[in-house]
Amino acid sequence: MDKMKLYNRGRYQNWLQQIIFIGPGLLFFILIVVAPFMMGFYYTFTDWDGISSHAKWSGMANLNKIFTDDARFWTSFWFTLRFTVVAVISTNVVAFALAMLLNQKLKTKNVLRTVIFLPNVIGGLLLGYIWYFIFVRGFAAIGESTGIELFNLAWLGTKETAFWGIVIVFVWQTAGYMMVIYIAALVSVPKEMLEAAKIDGANSRQMLRSIVIPMIMPAVTICLFLTTSNAFKMFDLNLSLTGGGPGYATESIALNIYREALTYSHYGLGTAKAMIFFFGVALITVTQVLLTKKREVEV
Amino acid sequence: METRKRYSAGLFAAEIIAILVALLFLSPFYFLIVNSFKKLKEILLDAAKLPEHFGFDNFRRAWEAIDFPVVFMHSVVLTSLSVTGLVIVSSMTAYRIVRHPSLFNRLLFTVFVAAMIIPFQSVMLPLMKISAMFELRGHLYGIVICYLGFGVSLSMFLFHGFIKSVPREIEEAAVVDGCSPYGVFWKIVFPILRPIVATVVILNVLWIWNDYLLPVLVVNNTYTTIPLAIQLFFGQYLRKWDMAMAALTLSTIPIVLFFLFLQKHIVEGIAAGSIKG
Repeated sequence: MDKMKLYNRGRYQNWLQQIIFIGPGLLFFILIVVAPFMMGFYYTFTDWDGISSHAKWSGMANLNKIFTDDARFWTSFWFTLRFTVVAVISTNVVAFALAMLLNQKLKTKNVLRTVIFLPNVIGGLLLGYIWYFIFVRGFAAIGESTGIELFNLAWLGTKETAFWGIVIVFVWQTAGYMMVIYIAALVSVPKEMLEAAKIDGANSRQMLRSIVIPMIMPAVTICLFLTTSNAFKMFDLNLSLTGGGPGYATESIALNIYREALTYSHYGLGTAKAMIFFFGVALITVTQVLLTKKREVEV
Repeated sequence: METRKRYSAGLFAAEIIAILVALLFLSPFYFLIVNSFKKLKEILLDAAKLPEHFGFDNFRRAWEAIDFPVVFMHSVVLTSLSVTGLVIVSSMTAYRIVRHPSLFNRLLFTVFVAAMIIPFQSVMLPLMKISAMFELRGHLYGIVICYLGFGVSLSMFLFHGFIKSVPREIEEAAVVDGCSPYGVFWKIVFPILRPIVATVVILNVLWIWNDYLLPVLVVNNTYTTIPLAIQLFFGQYLRKWDMAMAALTLSTIPIVLFFLFLQKHIVEGIAAGSIKG
């Protein structure tokens, strides 16, 4: 009998601990992430307008509309996809080059790392506005005084240049963060291995290809994952830098969804797009991680 | 990589290149700062050159236009409450999951981690309904709860990785000495978590401080944060470059100072956080 009592108290204690330790985190998580995500599946099939409390079931109407009669969404989808590919490659090439450069015994390396990381701490919205000014007024001023044609282009005014404008700002913002991750990985490459390769007569390109890159594959996986998901979900930067313009040429999917719901009050349609967006993000990031994970080597 | 090499010509060349690259990275800030001192006419004439005189008139007007002290305090309160909450909630969750890996807790861990790939846009519209239902809209506590919900996954994940490497023996010794499970966590384990707490704090401060969309959706009009104020400003005075540049400069200063004070921890934290992740 006594033993039983003790056992029950233990179980009660265990429950109490489970609730106290996990309860709050789980509660907020369910309320803010899980429940809305589940509700999203329902609203995808309704004509919800965000205002009236009742949303009418509309079956496949939203999905039909998106797939047959929403050129603007597909423009934004195509833009986001192209942007992601270009931005991910350029960011990682720049970040890796910077990491190689700043992993040498330079006297100024600490200051320079700090400087290159700096854009990361400022939010995308502010950075977008800073660059908006530079593209509109700053470049014009440089163009006038130097006569270099590149600066005289209407950077945010045409489809092509606006695309590259966003790429430039994205790379500028993100490269420093990825550089930090690459440097951390480079530092951990065993020196003996490089020494041994050198003695065997390997040149620096061979060492890079056969030792350094395979050894830092985990960092590559992470950097590609972070840049891919950031680029694909781009919102703040897009809103403040081009506002999706000219026309809708540089409207990212995230911005398109936001406007569909909040500007036009098509919440049901917006939710349907958001669900398609989710599957896109999941598919792209998971595929990418699986592909690069395969190339990681165990030490 | 080059362990034995002394400061050679090649290294000197690399140094010069690196400095030039860094200057290129800094150049946008040159435009920002220089133009925040100029008169509008001067900006329109030539945005690239130095100002004729350094006056703080633009800053004074921008300070008033965006109501800087109020907006700044909003950002500070919102960010610090959310980040403190996240540290408490996610460290406790992670601790329990690591130390009691029951089927339920392991499943929970997977769900938390999997949810990280859900983009914000996929939950934001139903979230507006929920936030109205539970009267979170327009309240400080409402948006803090939202940040707790969104931030708990990543923070818990970071704590989880770290706690796994903390040996159990000290905790067992404390239990034998009569310490309660809660005492064990707060008095013994939590102090050991310090390095990862720093990482979690930093990553969350950068994210929450700079976040634009969630405050727009949840506390717009009642609780203007810095990004919201800047957005409103550009909506109202799009081509008032003189004031706009001063407002942008003012708004970037706090987070840049935060970064410069903690930069060693920030860089280490990001490296640690990403490799654990």
